[in-house]
Amino acid sequence: MQMYDLPDSKGHFGPYGGVFVAETLIHALDELRTQYEALRNDPAFVAEFEHELKHYVGRPSPVYHAKRLSQKAGGAQIWLKREDLNHTGAHKINNTMGQALVARHMGKKRIIAETGAGQHGVASATVAARFGMECVVYMGSEDIHRQAQNVYRMKLLGASVVPVESGSRTLKDALNEAMRDWVTNVEGTFYIIGTVAGPHPYPMMVRDFNSVVGRELLTQMPDVLGRQPDAILACVGGGSNAMGAFYPYIPHTDVRLIGVEAGGLGLATGKHAATLCAGTPGVLHGNRTYLMQDANGQIIETHSISAGLDYPGVGPEHAWLKDTGRAEYVSVTDDEALEAFHMMCRLEGIIPALESSHAVAHAVKMARDMSSDKVLLVNLSGRGDKDMATVAERSGLTL
Amino acid sequence: MSRISATFEKLQAAGRKALIPFVTAGDPDNASAVPIMHTLVAAGANIIELGVPFSDPMADGPTIQRSSERALKNGTSLRDVLGFVTEFRTRDSETPVVLMGYANPIEAMGYDAFADAAAEAGVDGVLVVDYPPEESEPLTMKLRHRGIDSIFLLSPTSMEARMDGVARLASGYVYYVSLKGVTGAANIDLTEVSERIPQIRSRVNLPIGVGFGIRDGATARAIAGVSDAVVIGSRLVQEIESSPPEALLENLHRLVSEIRQAMDA
Repeated sequence: MQMYDLPDSKGHFGPYGGVFVAETLIHALDELRTQYEALRNDPAFVAEFEHELKHYVGRPSPVYHAKRLSQKAGGAQIWLKREDLNHTGAHKINNTMGQALVARHMGKKRIIAETGAGQHGVASATVAARFGMECVVYMGSEDIHRQAQNVYRMKLLGASVVPVESGSRTLKDALNEAMRDWVTNVEGTFYIIGTVAGPHPYPMMVRDFNSVVGRELLTQMPDVLGRQPDAILACVGGGSNAMGAFYPYIPHTDVRLIGVEAGGLGLATGKHAATLCAGTPGVLHGNRTYLMQDANGQIIETHSISAGLDYPGVGPEHAWLKDTGRAEYVSVTDDEALEAFHMMCRLEGIIPALESSHAVAHAVKMARDMSSDKVLLVNLSGRGDKDMATVAERSGLTL
Repeated sequence: MSRISATFEKLQAAGRKALIPFVTAGDPDNASAVPIMHTLVAAGANIIELGVPFSDPMADGPTIQRSSERALKNGTSLRDVLGFVTEFRTRDSETPVVLMGYANPIEAMGYDAFADAAAEAGVDGVLVVDYPPEESEPLTMKLRHRGIDSIFLLSPTSMEARMDGVARLASGYVYYVSLKGVTGAANIDLTEVSERIPQIRSRVNLPIGVGFGIRDGATARAIAGVSDAVVIGSRLVQEIESSPPEALLENLHRLVSEIRQAMDA
């Protein structure tokens, strides 16, 4: 077992992470860091979080042997961590529950969040309703159009959804706008960031709350299998579900960690969101990490069939895990992800999120070249109900 | 002595305060960039803050966001902005120019290449909105070696320990952001500002500029009464946005002259 104790006190993972924000936000981040440091070591807070995870979220989520999918792949055995079975249908609720509890302890009554596909927005609106807090969700006007159903879900849950008309009108611009709201209303407002990015302490805090996934796996896999898997695969947009699954396994160096990015129309076309595979380091949204950018340091627009992976940055801890070689990062195209989506529907009776389908696609690809005694664990981060319109459109149907 | 310090010394000797306009370079177009800079000086500006456009201006309100988008549509890059300064210097060797923007264009160019090019162009100060003191030391040191000042922000939420951190790295002047929020947001709270300035002065031995929320001659005058410099941005950018091309320089000249006169009255 190898020692791993990151980030450092300033939020750095090697050269990545940190606090790259305007002075106006520093005080709020200091306050959050101090409070969170105290809470994460407070047994009463940890017990409260675990209670909510068990009774409200429905944890632990099971691990499941996808036998027919494995048979079809014709090699290694594919297992799934069923985060799709959580309340609200994805891993996102692990983090929003944790941050809502932190907000409560800090006496904040107003929650803001950014969302791309709408999953983090729904998960934020859900916990805000659960605790009686006001909730404002920023969403790019492009995404509002693409994800009408999730917008309605958020409204049902009592949240206001604010369309963002600046920049590319997608997730990155929603994040900019949420930051602007926070800096203006900093005293009463808690900003729930949805992924392992942003300024310190967010990458660490979001990782910690999601790492319940990896901790469960550490005991579940030996229980069902007698050993740990040979590799863990997870899709990576910002990287919160992957970080949650990977983090407890970092010292277990015999388990390969594989992040699967959105290859869009193919890396050669430039129309993708494979930041770690094809991007370069820079500073965006409060941290230093790999980015999709042009030669002048302007952030460029990304493409993925899955809105949840359509982000030009990535969590700084992934950047560090890539550079150190502890995790590997690959990409899967829109078409490959869609094929895996349909395989999961037909062979396993599970409709996966398009995001998670990327990880499934790579697992199937890998499994073919491995012997049948090997085990690949895929973090099935969410269910695909939200993707019905996108998939139907691809098949030439309108719902 | 740096051009910025010399400027403040001269103003102080004359009992005047500095007027620091902010414009985004490349807005409305690249050809106007240098004429706009000369116009600002002719109308009474003492230091120019030249905005480097960025795709994700997190700390800016809608007015400066739009100006950044217009400049990016014109293809204005950090290298172009440095080119504007070079051209400006052929006719003006006195007025300090401060580049203001976000970290990533500088990260993409590289610290050494940027510091060399900025010195070569005749840049006097650099203000990187998303480099707080904790993250800015490597760049600050490279700029300092080339005689370029690093300007830092202080905000209503900056505690005293942070002022000390800023004091350690800052030179030229410090920029007090007078309200919680983004640029161009609301009206300035004069009482708050006049209470905070002496507090900053006791810990930071540099001229203090105040910005965010200054929209007219009257507020500029009031702020000049308690600080060393008045920074005005969104209001000018608004003027650039709403002016027809043929009236742009004239309108800017009128607006900046009015503010100058109010400050000097």
